[in-house]
Amino acid sequence: MIIKKQEKQITDKEKESEKTKVSVSEEVKEKKISKGKTKREIVVPGEVVVEGPDFLPGEGVFREGNKIISLKYGLVDKSDRFVKIIPLSGAYIPRKGNTVIGLITDNSLNGWFVNIFGPYPSFLTIAECAEYVNKKRPLADYYKPGELIVAKVLGYRGKGLDLTMKGSRGFHKLFGGLIIKIGAFSVPRIIGREGSMIKLIKTKTNTNITIGQNGVIWIKGDDTKKELLAKEAMEFIASRPFVDGLTDLVEEFLEKKSKELEINL
Amino acid sequence: MKRKDGRKIDETREIKCKAHVLDRADGSAEFSFGKSKALASVFGPREMHPDFMKSPQKAILRCHYDMISFSVTERKRPGPTRRSSEISLVTTKALTPVIQLSEFPYTAIDVFIMITQADASTRCAGINAATMALAAAGIPMKDLPIAVSVGKLGKQLVLDVNKDEEDYEEKEEPAATDIVFTILPRTEEISLLQLDGDISPEELKEAIKMAKKAVPKILEKMIKALKEVAK
Repeated sequence: MIIKKQEKQITDKEKESEKTKVSVSEEVKEKKISKGKTKREIVVPGEVVVEGPDFLPGEGVFREGNKIISLKYGLVDKSDRFVKIIPLSGAYIPRKGNTVIGLITDNSLNGWFVNIFGPYPSFLTIAECAEYVNKKRPLADYYKPGELIVAKVLGYRGKGLDLTMKGSRGFHKLFGGLIIKIGAFSVPRIIGREGSMIKLIKTKTNTNITIGQNGVIWIKGDDTKKELLAKEAMEFIASRPFVDGLTDLVEEFLEKKSKELEINL
Repeated sequence: MKRKDGRKIDETREIKCKAHVLDRADGSAEFSFGKSKALASVFGPREMHPDFMKSPQKAILRCHYDMISFSVTERKRPGPTRRSSEISLVTTKALTPVIQLSEFPYTAIDVFIMITQADASTRCAGINAATMALAAAGIPMKDLPIAVSVGKLGKQLVLDVNKDEEDYEEKEEPAATDIVFTILPRTEEISLLQLDGDISPEELKEAIKMAKKAVPKILEKMIKALKEVAK
């Protein structure tokens, strides 16, 4: 946006010769490239990320005197004045408001036990369930052990996490499709900046995809081939944490693969 | 003075390390001081069992140190021993000060250290492997604790003893002495100091200096190994 504004200003205010215009557009190109391909630095715990009072510590760093020091092993992300660390590995830690895909493991008198592949036991009460529950019927009629649900984390209460399926149409039981599991730390990359990456995979493979922040992904398409293609694309992203301009690579990958598999997109 | 294996008195054995060696663990690493090799794997933060050990304030760090039966010349009987329980405990205590346990209440972080080949200073190799594995598992830490041992050959202090040196005894100095240090490199604080044998206060001060001097070199190799895997 800023670049566009600059261009406008230049064209409006000063009608300069063509030579200068060319140089301006070149500059703009260079800027775009450098924005897309800034190499992120890898840091280890205890390493000084930046020095000086110009930066504020975000997630995964702490301030000691004049220095900002890393707490985690990962990539440095400096946006505006905030410094944070993007982790490259690790287990899923549930946060309030996370959308997760969980596995029903058991039911009790007033709800279901759900495994969300995190460090806390999770529970879904009848009141927070997505459908009307007739108490005369056994709870296993609604969600059986082994079935998967999309739910939201409400918070830690008593002995574990409470889940909810209220508040959105996206929370429901899963029928059919394909389930894959990746590391929770690569979920942001699979979604992409403002959902660009996932949008690309969805449109290119013509599938419906739900991503749990715990790293469980549900893919549903009208064709198994397309589902498998979407799965391969996501594994492709998960295995490349350091590649810049990944969206283009994934587009290329999807086109090449769809030709090989003879899928009409 | 030169040592039996040709090292200088303040020289460690060859250090080899590698991170992310196991697929199923959240973080793992291999670390070796010459012939002493350790393999560490980290799981967690994960659900705490038994339930009564859960803490609402912080995660519980549990380290398990063990030697594999074939790691020593005479077969080691599998299973926990008096010695392995002790080393597990001191490893836990050496690592606890740097880990931000309060970020994960009610959970457990499990560290399993396996000695695959033993030639003295195995607990140092174990702690270093655990440090790398914890970092690789994405667990927040304020520093990377580094362990190194200092021993005594007669009256001469030497760095990173091997088995021959550990058992070395002289008639005038009867006790075989070795000291284990775990040092936090950024602040130069000591989180573990274990002494076996006899030592005078002056000698101990000298030993601490020697250990602190060796830390940056080991740290450098560790950081290099962690960053290499990422690329």
